[in-house]
Amino acid sequence: MTNSPQTDGVVAARLDDATLAAHFDDLYPDLDAHEARVAADRCYFCHDAPCITACPTDIDIPLFIRQIQAGQPDAAARTILSQNILGSMCARVCPTETLCEGSCVRNDAEGNPVEIGRLQRYATDGLLAANEHPFTRAPATGKSVAVVGAGPAGLSAAHRLAMLGHAVTMYDTRPKPGGLNEYGIAAYKAANGIAQAEVDWLLQIGGIAVETGKALGGDLTLDGLKGQFDAVFLGVGLQGVNALRVPGEDLPSVRDAVDFIEELRQTEDKSTLAIGRHVVVIGGGMTAVDAAVQSRLLGAEHVSIVYRRDRGAMSASDYELDHAATEGVTILTNAMPVEVSAAGVTFAYTRSGAAGLEKTGETFTLPADQVFKAIGQTLKGQPEALALEGGKIAIDAQGRTSVAGVWAGGDCATGGEDLTVTAVAQGRDAALDIHAALGA
Amino acid sequence: MADLTSNFVGIKSTNPFWLASAPPTDKEYNVRRAFEAGWGGVVWKTLGEEGPPVVNVNGPRYGAIWGADRRLLGLNNIELITDRPLEVNLREMKAVKRDYPDRALIASIMVPCVEEAWKAILPLVEETGADGIELNCGCPHGMSERGMGAAVGQNPDLIEQITRWCKQYTRMPVIVKLTPNITDVRKPAQAAKRGGADAVSLINTINSITSVDLDDFAPEPTIDGKGTHGGYCGPAVKPIALNMVAEIARDPMTADLPISGIGGVTTWRDAAEFLTLGAGNVQVCTAAMTYGFGIIKEMTAGLSLWMDKKGFTSVDQITGRAVPNVTDWQYLNLNYVTKAVIDQDKCISCGRCYAACEDTSHQAILMKEGRVFEVDDSECVACNLCVNVCPVEECITMKRVAPGSLDERTGNVVPAEKGDWTQHPNNPMASAAE
Ligand SMILES: Cc1cc2nc3c(=O)[nH]c(=O)nc-3n(C[C@H](O)[C@H](O)[C@H](O)COP(=O)(O)OP(=O)(O)OC[C@H]3O[C@@H](n4cnc5c(N)ncnc54)[C@H](O)[C@@H]3O)c2cc1C
Ligand SMILES: Cc1cc2nc3c(=O)[nH]c(=O)nc-3n(C[C@H](O)[C@H](O)[C@H](O)COP(=O)(O)O)c2cc1C
Ligand code: SF4
Repeated sequence: MTNSPQTDGVVAARLDDATLAAHFDDLYPDLDAHEARVAADRCYFCHDAPCITACPTDIDIPLFIRQIQAGQPDAAARTILSQNILGSMCARVCPTETLCEGSCVRNDAEGNPVEIGRLQRYATDGLLAANEHPFTRAPATGKSVAVVGAGPAGLSAAHRLAMLGHAVTMYDTRPKPGGLNEYGIAAYKAANGIAQAEVDWLLQIGGIAVETGKALGGDLTLDGLKGQFDAVFLGVGLQGVNALRVPGEDLPSVRDAVDFIEELRQTEDKSTLAIGRHVVVIGGGMTAVDAAVQSRLLGAEHVSIVYRRDRGAMSASDYELDHAATEGVTILTNAMPVEVSAAGVTFAYTRSGAAGLEKTGETFTLPADQVFKAIGQTLKGQPEALALEGGKIAIDAQGRTSVAGVWAGGDCATGGEDLTVTAVAQGRDAALDIHAALGA
Repeated sequence: MADLTSNFVGIKSTNPFWLASAPPTDKEYNVRRAFEAGWGGVVWKTLGEEGPPVVNVNGPRYGAIWGADRRLLGLNNIELITDRPLEVNLREMKAVKRDYPDRALIASIMVPCVEEAWKAILPLVEETGADGIELNCGCPHGMSERGMGAAVGQNPDLIEQITRWCKQYTRMPVIVKLTPNITDVRKPAQAAKRGGADAVSLINTINSITSVDLDDFAPEPTIDGKGTHGGYCGPAVKPIALNMVAEIARDPMTADLPISGIGGVTTWRDAAEFLTLGAGNVQVCTAAMTYGFGIIKEMTAGLSLWMDKKGFTSVDQITGRAVPNVTDWQYLNLNYVTKAVIDQDKCISCGRCYAACEDTSHQAILMKEGRVFEVDDSECVACNLCVNVCPVEECITMKRVAPGSLDERTGNVVPAEKGDWTQHPNNPMASAAE
């Protein structure tokens, strides 16, 4: 360790190796068998359980928890994975406080839900650790499907299609499959190589050829894929980022938060990552929170998230914001950037007026040697032929796009919530519709 | 403050909590520590004849059933009577009794069913200064294969016989410990009384197999691939023990026979329940084996506090207080009509009452928009299942339909007067109600 949090500028190794390793390890360790039994015993096995309804992938939660109670976590894992093949990652990244756990009747009883997420992780991790793949493929249908994008949506679609007997080819421009599980999710949520381990385990179903380094819009065209395959599924996520549109945006101190996170996720030795002493993150979503928290974990002395509207309008959940606050991140709201300079970022206070958000006329400046932009990702480079809606590929309830033979799901398509779990649900459902359409 | 001192068939102890004859009372070391912790008395681990002692298995001797968070609910054992020489036990008993004169020390005895055997051991026991004896007619494994323990307890004639011998050869009070492994517990109790017993104690352990090893296909606890039935005890057996105690307490032939209540006593409350159903004191084994001797402090403090709240000043004021309210089914008031009522403020919308009533009872709970659950009085038969499965205490309660108002299920007005099966028109044997 050569530097400290107080070292000026953007420098690496602000913390010693042991501290960095601890910071980027699992946020929550796995439950052990006894803890799991105790946690499972709290489930009431509700009639028509509200948690099932709240799960975008409709996992039969009371059933899997009962299977843990009954001493068979592997059976529980099957129950989970049959609905959500990325159950292990979802158990780590889902905002359970607004999904399954948010609807648990125990909230009414004592303000403390059954720990569904951690129980799901306990069950699925066991199966992953044993490297057992519980599903087998149906007899080959003779049909082939192209899946573009190997993120949660693509992986979920590919697995279900392969299981139903179709031959799947999955393309991704990046060198590794996994999408944001590999390149985006906070490191402490996906510690110990879980993203690749889960993909490797998933591919054991067989029948999925993975071709990385191939981009739709590059080597691949939609027409080409349509000609070569019986159906096409697009799960390309959001590859563009919104611009700040303020003077100074092009200064070297300003960077896209998703780029920063991607580099961080792909860097094994965190002590080589440079981070500012004063970091300012602009935005109000999960990406802003993750960039800010991980800046602190790298040793930045002062980290602020600045959002232009009020806290209620931030898309990051209360749980995420509380976590950021606990990690020492300052959260400022009702302030929009007006200028970035070498010294820092100047913000104007805002209020909601008749014509929407307006500036109050007052400004303040935060010192910043590093600025991260996290004001939203956008669809980029999608095939011309596809109809859009609200900046995303328009799909119907079955995942069909405006082009016959082409389905889409996940962040790139309408109907989801920009969550891993909704991407998995959409991928799975599109696969089922493709299967039906192929009439195999 | 309530006076917890106890006088059970002339045996005095500082409180009504005795340790039952079992490992906790196996030797001087344990018993001294138990007395230091505050136990009122002990029934020493069952003594056998003079000569080479019995041997125990050297593999596991306990099996168990657990509830949530691995709370021990039921214990099963295949231990025999004391495996230490008689002289050693007697010497230790004498030393302990000398040092703790205010505590009860009872000798549990099991010797073969021949007069000489009882005649031989009783003077030796008496010489220790023990306050009384307990005849172990209950051990359900091992000893019963040798014609002792439960083999005696299951034969009222033998019970009567050995009780008679004991009364003949000792002046110590005689307590007969009964086995629950029989059809009608009143019969052995009556036999003990005929034999002149001063009291009965019950229950001993229940024949049981706690579980089966599904890899070895052998019952647990497993010894070299085989298992045998053991004796079940602990919280799980309390309801069975309570009923047996009550049966003896309300049997006219044994109504005046003192009872030492045993089986699953774990807290002050369990003890209070045994007392109200006719027990003069209680004995504890599994709770001490699970948590150690320190639990006595909760038991004595709890019983004392409850007695203060109720205005009871001595233990005998509690004994038998609930016995008059234990009756036969045929005398229960069929005109007492209740309906389940769900407190919507307490309801957490889990729907368990709905699942239970809809699937397995009387389809009397309605699930309404927004997961609101309501009772349909025209279907509710007042079975109480919803109350039992509801995870929230006091959320569902049974409310009486006042006499004179309509029972929506039957369409009849609820009569004010009592009406039981003996008077019911559907009963061919009914005596006309006047
Ligand atoms: C920083 C960050 C943190 C997040 N944290 C959480 C969280 O904690 N919990 C949560 O539920 N969600 C979180 N999300 C959202 C979640 O990651 C996404 O909703 C989810 O990954 C969407 O899956 P997807 O398959 O639609 O897209 P992606 O995961 O983005 O995968 C798309 C894949 O398509 C590939 N691709 C793109 N274009 C092409 C092309 N032209 N040709 C070939 N391949 C292409 C990409 O390389 C990528 O692998 C987070 C997102 C970010 C950015
Ligand atoms: C390991 C063990 C050994 C026992 N040994 C005896 C015994 O030697 N003599 C006896 O009368 N009862 C014996 N019992 C029965 C207990 O005294 C008592 O009747 C029974 O366990 C029920 O009480 P509890 O539920 O409080 O344990 C034994 C019980 C256990 C668990
Ligand atoms: S008391 Fe029985 S019948 Fe009545 S509502 Fe409850 S479960 Fe149904």
